[in-house]
Amino acid sequence: MDRFKTIYDKTWSWIRTRNDSPAFVSVYASIASIIIGILFGFILMLVLKPADSFYGLSQLLIGGLTSTRKLGDVFYNAAPLIMTGLAVGFAFKTGLFNIGAAGQYAVGGLFALFCAIVFRFPWWLALLASAVGGALWGAIPGLFKAYFNVNEVISSIMLNWIGMYAVNLAVANTPKMLANYYWKDAPAERTPSLKQVNPGAILPKLGLENILHENMSIAIFLAIIIAIIVYIILNDTVFGYELKAVGYNRHASRYAGINEKRNIVFSMTIAGALAGIGSGLYYLTGVAEYTIGVVLPAAGFNGIPVALLASSNPAGTIFSGLFIAYTQVGGNAMQPEFAKEVADIVIAVVIYISAFSLLFKEMIMRKNKKKHMNRIEKSGAHTEMNAYAKEGSSL
Amino acid sequence: MNLMADVISGTIAYAVPLLLVALGGMYTERSGIINIALEGIMIFGALFGYLFFRAVANGIWSKSHPQLTVLFAILISAIAGGLYSLLLAFASIKLKADQTIGGTALDMFAPAFSITLTWVVQGQGLTFIKLPDWVRITPYNFGMTPSVNPGFWETLFFRSFYLTTPIAFLILIAAAVVLYRTKFGLRLRSCGEHPQAADSVGINVYRMRYAGVFISGILGGIGGLAITFAVGSGFQSDVAGYGFLALAVMIFGNWRPFRILGAALFFAFFKNIAGMSGSIPFLPSFKNLNYAHFVYYMLPYIVTMIVLAFTSRKSRAPKAEGIPYDQGAR
Repeated sequence: MDRFKTIYDKTWSWIRTRNDSPAFVSVYASIASIIIGILFGFILMLVLKPADSFYGLSQLLIGGLTSTRKLGDVFYNAAPLIMTGLAVGFAFKTGLFNIGAAGQYAVGGLFALFCAIVFRFPWWLALLASAVGGALWGAIPGLFKAYFNVNEVISSIMLNWIGMYAVNLAVANTPKMLANYYWKDAPAERTPSLKQVNPGAILPKLGLENILHENMSIAIFLAIIIAIIVYIILNDTVFGYELKAVGYNRHASRYAGINEKRNIVFSMTIAGALAGIGSGLYYLTGVAEYTIGVVLPAAGFNGIPVALLASSNPAGTIFSGLFIAYTQVGGNAMQPEFAKEVADIVIAVVIYISAFSLLFKEMIMRKNKKKHMNRIEKSGAHTEMNAYAKEGSSL
Repeated sequence: MNLMADVISGTIAYAVPLLLVALGGMYTERSGIINIALEGIMIFGALFGYLFFRAVANGIWSKSHPQLTVLFAILISAIAGGLYSLLLAFASIKLKADQTIGGTALDMFAPAFSITLTWVVQGQGLTFIKLPDWVRITPYNFGMTPSVNPGFWETLFFRSFYLTTPIAFLILIAAAVVLYRTKFGLRLRSCGEHPQAADSVGINVYRMRYAGVFISGILGGIGGLAITFAVGSGFQSDVAGYGFLALAVMIFGNWRPFRILGAALFFAFFKNIAGMSGSIPFLPSFKNLNYAHFVYYMLPYIVTMIVLAFTSRKSRAPKAEGIPYDQGAR
């Protein structure tokens, strides 16, 4: 019994010391934003349809857990979201706004499906191909920015649309990519189901489809592993350091000897590759097919909220991707009483409130500084004041 | 001959919303705030304009004074867009948050809120609000009757003429004059280039930035209404990425009003040609390609990229754009 008490005490004192760490304060701020967002959604539901509002709230909070199929849906949707969140967040960290994740997603998906269906590659080769496709599409805005000084926002927006139309043209004009090549009465605007054309291209499921649902595969684990790799690259390698330096101040890093043109291109290429892998993870699960249409893939744009909620931190992107996927599955479960858009409203409010997080952080840091100042005065040491003054300004 | 009138009037119809929203974006960016929320502001403004249309669609007063009603709708859209943009202003100026946060949040909130509200007003699953047919300006409004075979001038003027077109023209002139010839415009521009210097002369940078964002909200709201006019059928809680396109037009126009007009017309021209590629005889039609019209749809974007590659050497964003202004950090 005593051992449990010591562990409990030690854990609590560790958590309390973490109050000083900026990373933990960010987590507190994010949790506060999430609570406020859900509260807003609940109040909205109360205003619209008070009778069903508790049902709506329950679906929002636990909808993702109510069945194995829904839990599988959460992981299935989270994997591409994590990847596009990484794509946007990686670019943010290096000073670029990658609004072109949607186009990179589309082109990556094309490459993956092409290799899977036409060339009959195995899944890992098709996934690699999706990375190459996304990387190519991400390199173009990078090159335009580095060598022609074209703002990456406008070139990415242009390439989003060019990519979407190009992918549609490629699929529509390659007979082998359309379902009606294989079965006479299949729709002519869809790619064939991977299960029947090339089951070797479907991501391995490792028996998980028996526990959860057939849309479960190693996709989510791959996404998590890649997020960790990106985190290591950004924080522990010279290459990542140079990329971040170019992001903070392009001219200063050039003065320091870093080749900023090359690094801008690398940044966007890697970001594009990440978005492409996201698309590969989505399509190679074998559940959805690509349909020709003039809609930019939503997963591409949804990467922006994922990255913002995680403050572009790759490790945090895992959690924010899971959170947004979970909320969207909850939103789908709310139908037909409420529009599934209520989940999008909740996510939008969470992101908006995260803008307050800087204020939260300042409030908590100030409270901690006061606590420490009192402790220092009591103990009589004066050298620590400099350390805490520095910590306060590191916001 | 009629074909040329069709092309010109179609180009103007598509250019008007791009122009309005890009001018609005120019005002915020010139004051120093990156405005990603244009898409959301367009949807929000259009939503309230259309709810107003829905309320008065079959009224007697609206049928006898159609353009006055449209003017009211434009005002309502403008005010709705302006108020919505204040949320972005609050997050970016007062809370000094990253400006993409406020923008993205507003972009996500607007279509979701719009669909939810439309469900409540119209009933479950009905997200489409129809555009009343008295909105379009036809020869009847001028006391003339349309001819069976419209000639060049009649097609040019009446093919898709809405009240927003002359209003956009007036706003363009007003925007250029205000930005470059008034005290307010000069102060606004200084807040975007060097807010610390502006502050040292006594300009309230925060208030200027609020004004810049509010102006973009007003113009964005009108632009949202205008894009639904250009497409012609009604409001579906979505503007198909036109907000981002307007951002691109603004950057293409180098943040200057008449360049933005040129960029908007350029873009709208190609987009219009893409839509009519079947009926223009001298354009290659790629008959052996499936979905050949997609090649033409890609054209505006490809041409823009090429032009950008050659003209961006001198592209100059406002210098202090995107950096939250902190008065204490001089």
